[in-house]
Amino acid sequence: MSIFIDQSTRLLVQGITGRDGSFHAKQMMAYGTKVVAGVTPGKGGQRFENAVPVFNTVAEAVHETKANTTVIYVPAAVAASAIFEAADSGIELIVCITEGIPMLDMTRALPYVHERAARLIGPNCPGLISPGKSKVGIIPGNICQPGKIGIVSRSGTLTYEIIHQLSTQGFGQSTCVGIGGDPLIGTNFIHCLSAFETDPETAAVVMIGEIGGTDEQLAAEFIKENMKKPIVGFIAGQTAPPGRRMGHAGAIISGSSGTAAEKMAALQRAGISVMKRPADVVPLLKERL
Amino acid sequence: MNLHEYQARDILRRHGVPVPAGDVASTPAVARAIAERFGGKVVVKAQVHAGGRGKAGGVKLADGADAAKAAASAILGMTIKGLTVQKVLVAPAAEIASESYVGVIVDRASQRPVLMVSPAGGIDIEEVAAKTPEKIHRLAIDPRYGLLQHQALALGFRLFGDVKQARAAADIMQKLYGAVYAVGASLAEINPLVSTPDGSVQALDAKIVIDDNELERRPEIAALRDVSAEAPEEVAAREAGLTFIKLDGNVGCCVNGAGLAMATMDLVKYYGGEPANFLDIGGSSNPQKVVSALRIITADPRVRVILFNIFGGITRADDVANGIVQATREFALKVPIVIRLIGTNEQLAVDILTKAGFAALTDMDEAVKQAVAKATGKAA
Repeated sequence: MSIFIDQSTRLLVQGITGRDGSFHAKQMMAYGTKVVAGVTPGKGGQRFENAVPVFNTVAEAVHETKANTTVIYVPAAVAASAIFEAADSGIELIVCITEGIPMLDMTRALPYVHERAARLIGPNCPGLISPGKSKVGIIPGNICQPGKIGIVSRSGTLTYEIIHQLSTQGFGQSTCVGIGGDPLIGTNFIHCLSAFETDPETAAVVMIGEIGGTDEQLAAEFIKENMKKPIVGFIAGQTAPPGRRMGHAGAIISGSSGTAAEKMAALQRAGISVMKRPADVVPLLKERL
Repeated sequence: MNLHEYQARDILRRHGVPVPAGDVASTPAVARAIAERFGGKVVVKAQVHAGGRGKAGGVKLADGADAAKAAASAILGMTIKGLTVQKVLVAPAAEIASESYVGVIVDRASQRPVLMVSPAGGIDIEEVAAKTPEKIHRLAIDPRYGLLQHQALALGFRLFGDVKQARAAADIMQKLYGAVYAVGASLAEINPLVSTPDGSVQALDAKIVIDDNELERRPEIAALRDVSAEAPEEVAAREAGLTFIKLDGNVGCCVNGAGLAMATMDLVKYYGGEPANFLDIGGSSNPQKVVSALRIITADPRVRVILFNIFGGITRADDVANGIVQATREFALKVPIVIRLIGTNEQLAVDILTKAGFAALTDMDEAVKQAVAKATGKAA
C-alpha cells in the first residue's frame, strides 16, 4: 500500500497543453502514472502526445474517463478557479502545484473543497509519489525507491535531498508527500501522519518542517497522542531572521512564534528524533527501526 | 509588500473610513507649508517600514509651521532600524479621548480572515497579546458572507459603551474588512482607532501589508511600492526573479528552492560558518538568473566564498553550470566558489564545469565544509 495515490490512480492534468503541464505530464506518463485525461479550455478534442484525450472542462473529463485525481499546473491568476472547478466535478484528490496563489483566493477555495469532501494537496507544492506505483506532480522519479519510509514535507528540493539520502543508503519510500510552502494549504502534517499510521506498508515517517506558523507543534501533539510508528523530523530555518519571508510565503517568523528552535523543542518533547542536518536522517532512522 | 502609513490612510479613506486630514512631505519646506495650511498644532511622523518610530524619535509634535519645519528637518534623513527616512506625514494633532485597536489578519490556523479588536490601543498589539491576552477579542470571518453587521456591532460594544460610538466602530470594521479584499491585504490594522472629545471615532494610524502574490493582478497597488525604502540588492534580486535576503555572514549562498536554501544556511552555521544571504534561484532553468545571482552575491564586500547547492528537478543542473561559466566571462568573481550539484542533467553540468576549470561536488555536507573552511581560512 501507500497513501493517497497508487496503481488505481487515474490522473487528470489541468493545464496539460501549457509549458509546465505538458513537460510534467510526459514525465508522469514515462514514470507509469495512468494519465487518463487533460483539460485546456478551447483545446477539447485534441490528443496530448497522440494518446491522452484533452477536454474543455473538468466535468467532461471526469465523466468520460473516470479520473479520480487531478493535478493543476495552470498560472497563479487562474489556479483558484481551477481548484473550484475540480472540486465541483466530484473528483476525490486535487493536487495543486501552482505557486503564487493569493491567500485571499485560498480563504474561499479551501472551504469549497472541504464541503465537497475532496482532498486538496498544496498549493505551491511538488506533489506526491508512491515509488513504483504512481507519481502526481514534479518530484523526480529517478531519485526514489520503493520501500517503507513515508515522507511528509513543506518543501520541494529539500525533500529531494532527504529522498536522495534515503534511497542511496537503502531506505526506499512508501509515499513522499510535499504539502506545500504556503500559509494556507489543503492537507497538513496531521492528515498525512494519520494516513501513514494506518498504512501497513509504512514502517516509519520522516517529517520535514520549516519556520512559520504552528503546524509542526500541532503535529507534535498529534504524534504524542496517536502515533506508534517512529518519526524522524527536521526543521529548516534555524538561521532565518525574524520578520522576513524566506522564499515560501509561509516561512516567516512573526514575533517570537514560529521559530525553528521552538518547533524542534516541540518535536523532541513528543518523542520524535530531531535531525540537526539532512545527513542525520539515515542514522536516526536506524536507531528507531 | 509593506505600505507606508500615508498610503494605508489613503486606502482606508477611499473605502469610507473616517481618517483625519494629513499630507505627505519629502522636504522641510513642504512640511512647513502643510502645517501652515492646517494651522495650530501638528504631528510630524516618519514614513518608514519599521515599528517603534516613536521611540526612535521619528514622531514629533510641533506647535505652528516653523516648528513643523524644524521637526521635519530633524526627522527627514534620520535612520530608523537601518532605513533612511525619505518622507514625513504632517497631520493636525488630534485631541484624543480613548485609543483602541482594530485589525484584520489572514489567519493560517483557522484558514480565514480574523478580525481582532482591543480596547488597549496605541501600543503594539503583540505586546497586548503577550501581557493581557484577555483584552483582545477575535472573530474568524466566513468569507462567503463577509463581516456581518451584528458581528461587527458586538465587537463595537467591546470598544465603546455608547451605542453611537459602537455603531461607528462597527461601520469602520466592515469597511476595513472590505478594504482587505479590495486591495489584497494579508494584514490591515488601525492602531489607534481613537474617539475624540466630541464623540467621533476615527482611524488615526493605519498599517497595511499587501500579499506579494496579489501584486501581479493589482498594478495600481504594485505601483505604491517605495523602492527607496528597500535594500538595493533586494530590489535587484526581485527584478531578476530571485528571492534574496541579506544576512550578516561571509558565506554567499546560491540555492534552488526555499527549503533547501534555509537548510543550506543552517548547515553553514552547523559547520562553524555564517551565511551572507538567503538566495533562492527558483524552480525554472535559466542561466541568466544564475548570472544575476552571482552579481548580487559578489557585490557584498564581506563575502569570502560562494557556495552553490543545486538539487536538479525542474531546475536543470547544466543550466546552472552554464550560468556560472557565463558569469565568469562577464565579470571577475574575486572569491573562491564551491559548487555542489546533483539531479537533472548532473553529468552534463559536471562536464561543463570541469572544462571551464571548476570542481563539482555531489555531497552537500562536503561542499558546505569546504566553503566554511575557505571563508574562515582554516583547512577543511
